[in-house]
Amino acid sequence: MSTREITLTVNGRRTTLSVEPRKLLVDVLREDLGLVGTHIGCEHGVCGTCTVLRDGRSIRSCTTFAVQADGADIRTVEGLAQGPELHPLQEAFWEKQGLQCGYCTPGMLMRCVEILERDPDPTPQSVREQIASNLCRCTGYATITEAVCAAAEVMRSGARAGTEVAS
Amino acid sequence: MKPAAFDYAAPTRLADAIDLLVAHADAEPRVLAGGQSLVPLMNFRLAQPGFLVDLQHVDGLSDIRLTDDELVIGAMVRQSTAEESADAAAGAPLLVEALGHVAHPPIRNSGTIGGSIAHADPSAELPAVALALDATMTAAGPGGERRIPAAEFFRGPFETALGPDEILTEVRLPRRPGGHAFVEHARTHGGFAVVAVAVDLAVDDAGTVTRAAIALSGVGPTPIRATATEQALVGTVPDAESIRSAVAATVAVLSPAGDVHGSSETKVDMARSYLRRGIELALDRAASRR
Ligand SMILES: Cc1cc2nc3c(=O)[nH]c(=O)nc-3n(C[C@H](O)[C@H](O)[C@H](O)COP(=O)(O)OP(=O)(O)OC[C@H]3O[C@@H](n4cnc5c(N)ncnc54)[C@H](O)[C@@H]3O)c2cc1C
Ligand code: FES
Ligand code: FES
Repeated sequence: MSTREITLTVNGRRTTLSVEPRKLLVDVLREDLGLVGTHIGCEHGVCGTCTVLRDGRSIRSCTTFAVQADGADIRTVEGLAQGPELHPLQEAFWEKQGLQCGYCTPGMLMRCVEILERDPDPTPQSVREQIASNLCRCTGYATITEAVCAAAEVMRSGARAGTEVAS
Repeated sequence: MKPAAFDYAAPTRLADAIDLLVAHADAEPRVLAGGQSLVPLMNFRLAQPGFLVDLQHVDGLSDIRLTDDELVIGAMVRQSTAEESADAAAGAPLLVEALGHVAHPPIRNSGTIGGSIAHADPSAELPAVALALDATMTAAGPGGERRIPAAEFFRGPFETALGPDEILTEVRLPRRPGGHAFVEHARTHGGFAVVAVAVDLAVDDAGTVTRAAIALSGVGPTPIRATATEQALVGTVPDAESIRSAVAATVAVLSPAGDVHGSSETKVDMARSYLRRGIELALDRAASRR
């Protein structure tokens, strides 16, 4: 079977690579690009640990062929920290113990990035409903919800500080 | 590598997509929409198409158009796009309410309106909406275009009136002012419906039901219309007792297959209570909009 050339922008870096059409986006990220932060669990869209952002919206990378993402902007967990500086969500997951084994965390974080980009001030109830898309077998979700709300607060005050500096 | 190998094309013209399906007929080709049903099936090798025609770049399949009398949704409109569309909310609030029950946002960010309807899962929400709203499906194939009413579109579990070389291009939903409701029981938030009910009705100033359309998912091989209930409601001012007997008329003829999610009897009981809830909610909304 033939391969196809695709171009992906992953965490801001453009790469062109040749893939078999049957190769899943999650496998291209992990195997071809070495970005093993994105995990694989169920491989049929149910658990959410493979969640990445495509053009700003969360998708399952295990139910997406890499060829379908040709030309897309992809963000993975590796794109969150800026050098040694953790993303406010990562910081809050750490602070609030929003992870135990960590298996769900890469996908959970990317889903939470989307949640906060779409609503910077969600209620705990809204967070609980929205993270129902991603399974966590350890935390019971309470600490994840706390972490997302705490990160939201940090990000809102950061955004305000940012505007003050800019103005 | 989980899925079996296949060849792939991503045409930009509908005519080319159809030509590819015809040219690769021997490879058991399939069209690829959002992939949220097809890719899991391929990951398990339950589906092994030899050729995939990706529709995502085909011109003209991703528009939402609202006219005075209908909402026209391109087959490739993503479920989350429809859910957030002001035109869809104005033209078919029943569809938008149902979309909130279709899987989870990360699935809806990929899954399409057309994909869900073409896939025709007997537990899916959107086929029931299409049936309740008397939607028309536009199909394009080598012989040209044809329009298929929802009542003839769903043929069996995962089976529709579409031919192997036909592509669903749009879903046309008539605009019908009144009250709607989509209610369902799912085992977990975001799961497929065990039983789902779609209601679309209208009442006049006196509270008399002038029109009623009700469809169920999860209780048969295809979504079904609750015709007996509709007929019992129209022309009456429903109260708790008459709603109960209108619902009983449909429930009496249901014989859903039992499975791990519930026995046949349990599903019949669910259908009874969800029909009642759906009708009451739609009546409230219809009355408050008058
Ligand atoms: C974890 C999970 C939970 C889910 N929960 C639900 C749920 O609760 N309710 C629900 O209804 N669905 C659910 N789904 C399925 C989801 O809604 C799919 O998006 C939908 O069933 C298929 O749409 P798609 O665009 O992804 O189509 P695809 O997966 O790309 O295609 C599905 C089938 O339809 C055919 N097809 C697609 N588009 C066309 C077209 N335009 N013309 C002709 N044939 C076409 C394909 O060839 C294929 O056979 C779930 C999926 C997952 C992974
Ligand atoms: S691995 Fe993708 S959803 Fe589970
Ligand atoms: S931290 Fe273990 S699954 Fe979520």
